[in-house]
Amino acid sequence: MEGQGYLLTGRAKVLDRPRLSWAEKMYLPAIVGGLSVTIKHLFRRKATVQFPEQKRPVPISYRGLHVLKRDENGAERCTACGLCAVACPAEAITMEAGERKPGEEHLYREEKYAIKYEINMLRCIFCGLCEEACPKEAIFLEPTFAPAGFDRNDFIYGKDRLLEGSKREEIIPPLTS
Amino acid sequence: MIRITIDDIETQVEEGTTILNAARKIGGKIVPPALCYYSSLKGSGGKCRACLVKVEQASARDPRPMPKLVASCCTPAQDGMVVRNITSPEVLEARRGVVELLLINHPLDCPICDQAGECDLQNFAYEHGLEKTRYEFPRRTFDPIDIGPHIQLHMTRCILCYRCTLVADQLSNDRVHGILWRGEVSEISTYIQKAIDHEFSGNMIDVCPVGALTDKHFRFRNRVWFLIPMDAHRNCAKCCGKVVLWLRGKEIYRVTARKDEYGEVHEFICNECRWEHYNLNDWVVEGPRAFQPWSVINANKYHANTKELPHTLYSKLDNERWNEFEGVN
Repeated sequence: MEGQGYLLTGRAKVLDRPRLSWAEKMYLPAIVGGLSVTIKHLFRRKATVQFPEQKRPVPISYRGLHVLKRDENGAERCTACGLCAVACPAEAITMEAGERKPGEEHLYREEKYAIKYEINMLRCIFCGLCEEACPKEAIFLEPTFAPAGFDRNDFIYGKDRLLEGSKREEIIPPLTS
Repeated sequence: MIRITIDDIETQVEEGTTILNAARKIGGKIVPPALCYYSSLKGSGGKCRACLVKVEQASARDPRPMPKLVASCCTPAQDGMVVRNITSPEVLEARRGVVELLLINHPLDCPICDQAGECDLQNFAYEHGLEKTRYEFPRRTFDPIDIGPHIQLHMTRCILCYRCTLVADQLSNDRVHGILWRGEVSEISTYIQKAIDHEFSGNMIDVCPVGALTDKHFRFRNRVWFLIPMDAHRNCAKCCGKVVLWLRGKEIYRVTARKDEYGEVHEFICNECRWEHYNLNDWVVEGPRAFQPWSVINANKYHANTKELPHTLYSKLDNERWNEFEGVN
């Protein structure tokens, strides 16, 4: 009845464990029993898929990797207003804003744009609050997810891997076709 | 001293006090919002109509109600006056109309605007306005003019509160800008593109309730809610030297004067303090600046002394009791 668990939830069960006999202490029957379970599972249908060769179907509304959208003329929609970053519960988003120069109207939709836009995919919890906060319909979560990597720095995605039409399409194929 | 009742709260004020200032003496939610009135500028007020209130009883001697809603910033309180602000549906309805009219020509480019997060019009519209606009016509536009190396003018965002011209009139003796033209086409201008250049000109940025006048040195560099505001001071021969530094790490992004709870500056600062001391060593930092609890400037800033939940409340079984604890929000 002691312990933190009981105090927190009041649901802990107190178990009465009998002392093991000599034969049980040999663990041989237990090993045989365990191995038989393992071998039985070898012939069952596998619960996993061979990612990335094989892919599980995901719904269209799946909240995966972010994309920064462009408008109908191909200009970036994001104006670096910072609402996604302030809405982010994991504080995964950082950005740096810049002023659009004359002649760049076809690149950036508004007077201000994001020079740097970074999402730390290790911090991100894919809740979609950034998508909800965005006043410019610039950021969306798409049914893809970040490929595995060996370096933590590789998971900080910049505009080169977030922007629609960047190299993101090559390195991250969508999960739905 | 005269007695005045605002939203069923009675208070005593000096004779000649306006209804707005009497409400501010009581404080809290019953204070009418103000976009053009500025207590430290003489002659301000009466333009934006945000502070309209209903006077149910004009005075003890003449208990008839006033026929129309009055602007509380320029109506003096009378003895025995009974005023309704947030308890009157008529006032709230009128404010909704005021928001709609102010926003008719406002570009609503808050995602771009540097004032977003500390904008009086944004707060006012958030509190009193509708969520969408019914206006379908093109909004007014202006030829952009350059008013100097420090201040950026966005005439499209201006709500014509006249605060900046009052600052220039009352803090310096050589005003070079004013309002040109009349009515809907009136605009703030320096007339034939003259740069605004006097020692206290930067205060125009602080008094501007919207993003019409913003700091060119801070333009697009960061959003206010990502910066950490710190009170600081330095010895300045020209002004009081009491400022707010907006920091990120050890870098000063901008320097502003200290605003009170109504967004008003009482001690104006000079341009030297504002734009020439971006080194943290020039300042004596006093400590973090507090903002209204609803302000977005407080977002994502955590205090070292966050409250721990008491053990008795640390159970999901009695969830109702969580509401009793003040620290849960």
